[in-house]
Amino acid sequence: MSALLQTRNLVLAYGGNTVLRDVNISIARGEIVTIVGPNGSGKSSLLRALIGAIRPASGTVMRAPGLRVGYVPQSLSIDSTLPLTVARFLNLPRRISAQAAQSALKDAGVPELGQRQLGALSGGQFQRVLLARALLHAPDILILDEATTGLDQPGAAQFYRQIEQVRRTRGCAVLMVSHDLHVVMAASDRVLCLNGHVCCEGTPEVVADAPEYRALFGTGTQGALALYRHHHDHDHDHDHHDHHHHGQSPAETADA
Amino acid sequence: MLDDFIVRAGLAGLGVVLAAAPLGCFVVWRRMAYFGDATSHAAILGVALALATDVPVFAGVLAVALAMALIITSLSERQVSSDALLGVLAHAALALGLVAVSLIEGVRVDLESYLFGEILAVSGRDLAVIWSGAALVLALLIWRWQALLTATLSPDLATASGLSPRREQLILTIALAITVAVAIKVVGALLIAAMLIIPAATARPFSRTPEAMAACAVAVGSIAALGGLAGAFAFDTPAGPSIVALAAGLFALSAALSPLLRHG
Repeated sequence: MSALLQTRNLVLAYGGNTVLRDVNISIARGEIVTIVGPNGSGKSSLLRALIGAIRPASGTVMRAPGLRVGYVPQSLSIDSTLPLTVARFLNLPRRISAQAAQSALKDAGVPELGQRQLGALSGGQFQRVLLARALLHAPDILILDEATTGLDQPGAAQFYRQIEQVRRTRGCAVLMVSHDLHVVMAASDRVLCLNGHVCCEGTPEVVADAPEYRALFGTGTQGALALYRHHHDHDHDHDHHDHHHHGQSPAETADA
Repeated sequence: MLDDFIVRAGLAGLGVVLAAAPLGCFVVWRRMAYFGDATSHAAILGVALALATDVPVFAGVLAVALAMALIITSLSERQVSSDALLGVLAHAALALGLVAVSLIEGVRVDLESYLFGEILAVSGRDLAVIWSGAALVLALLIWRWQALLTATLSPDLATASGLSPRREQLILTIALAITVAVAIKVVGALLIAAMLIIPAATARPFSRTPEAMAACAVAVGSIAALGGLAGAFAFDTPAGPSIVALAAGLFALSAALSPLLRHG
């Protein structure tokens, strides 16, 4: 089978500084792939190279012919001088029928927002509107760049559940970058851990146990992530009660 | 009827508004106010160049405004364009232009008419140039409207949709240079940026969509142009500044009303 997106020996650089090197990845139809990595590890740069917003310093990005990409940016600052309703936003850059707009908003879980001003939405509503826009034109792949930035944990978990549901109903592949490691990793088919290059890759379990991943997230943080890693090590059955004991919200683990 | 200078002045003002008001919306949305300033101030340098080389003033201004706009665009792509740098360019272009005009020998240049416009001296030929230029700008904006809006919201979003944000930026740059070239006769180099920004900013509280804001900006600009002309006639004040003063008055009114309009 052929990949939707593939990179070969991809190198990305800004002003002479290499931010990412030797990236050989491939995204297949229908799979959920999560990219994790510390700040400055090149996660967003990789996504931007995949959508064509930055040109590789060397290497290639290959897209399947006619590939339709639904892109959800990390955030969007809407200048307060720009009046824009949600419905009008969904019509950019291609005009769509009111019915298509409504159906995308429904799939993203916000059917009631069409006539609201984009600038007046809450963070969660806004991300869902961005998701709705990405769902238009039947994308083969959804690309999400830290789409839950600014959402609280229950909000982020809910947002990810929405994406899983979209994947189920529409069958599109999902490629996302995230900081919310534990929430995302449970939902992913495959995880890529980046730190200037792809330092490890595999199923969530394989990556969580990889020494490279631990070096980045496991022992280095000493905080909430390390705590989570700790009991995840001893509890591969995803015991929900155990999670609650450790002070995590029910919403976050409910769908794990 | 076009023989009447006041009719020609009115038509010239409306022509400029037709281009400047919708383009001004993008200047406001993309926070390019200083960009507009720098480009329009460079117009004086264009005047000097045109007079020195004996080409039409319109062509000289168009060339220099375009060069200036392209320089700023390429600087901002390399991310060295700060607020301060744009300010330096805006004023340097103006000062250089003024110096250059004074160096031209043999021609007594009425500097004031290029700084503040001379809308009452617009000829039939000027009118043809103004309306052709304005129609071209309007056509560019309508043609690229959806793409321009998308690129304004987010360059990455535009790229992911298969558009080129750089190309859209270039189209705005060209439109801005044409607008500066047709507006210098009407409001003058110093006040062109005002005709870009003030109608758009005035229209904002009354608009729910980008299209409504552009249309409303055209209406505000038209009222300012015609009302300002009438005021200049009645009170014997300079026409260009009178137009901008009325536009500023409308903006103040709109800003005062906007808290009443802000619900949902």
